[in-house]
Amino acid sequence: MKILYFAWLRTKIGVATETVEPPAEVATVGALVEWLKARSPQHADALANSKVVKVAVNQEHVPYDHPLSPGDEVALFPPVTGG
Amino acid sequence: MAVRVQAEDFDVGIEHAALTQGKTAIGGVALFVGLVRDMAGGQPVSAMTLEHYPGMTEKQLEAIEAEARRRWPLDDVLIIHRHGRLEPGDRIVLVATASAHRDAAFESCRFLMDWLKTKAPFWKLEATPEGERWVEAKESDDAAAARWTN
Repeated sequence: MKILYFAWLRTKIGVATETVEPPAEVATVGALVEWLKARSPQHADALANSKVVKVAVNQEHVPYDHPLSPGDEVALFPPVTGG
Repeated sequence: MAVRVQAEDFDVGIEHAALTQGKTAIGGVALFVGLVRDMAGGQPVSAMTLEHYPGMTEKQLEAIEAEARRRWPLDDVLIIHRHGRLEPGDRIVLVATASAHRDAAFESCRFLMDWLKTKAPFWKLEATPEGERWVEAKESDDAAAARWTN
């Protein structure tokens, strides 16, 4: 599964993208965010406040209860600030 | 019909002319141009760098354009959003809507900007005398987008 990080999530975690293989019980976006926190202290820090961690799966905004499928492209980012 | 995400600047006059060329059913065009301000949160801003999510950005902008066309009778729509490093006074975004009548043009232009601000995956990094800082999303932007939910 490909994970992308943007803005301060990218700078805090230190990579723009990584490939992970979460166990089968990580079945939702929310569970994935929890699972990613355990990867490093940087992940834990960046993902600490889920209110400011938004998620897109396959380039669509999704809520934390969205189910995951193998091969999904998952992006984690702060609330957007374009315009 | 067009969505463009680009580093380069754009010329509002040229874009306006291209949008309306040969389409004499259009009675009015509403254009919004967003610019980089030189102050934010009481601090001077010397530059702003826009990061985005290539692929998703275009997809989201196309989706909000389609939603605007569903809600209003529009003859044409143009959305241009820049990314990369910009300086105060630089143009960031252009939204143009063309319709037979002004209400549809004005309303859809505002709708597109309000939705773009909460859905298009862009993030602004400001350079200030105290260093760089990521711009935080405003609750007022969420409220502006929510007005259009019904």
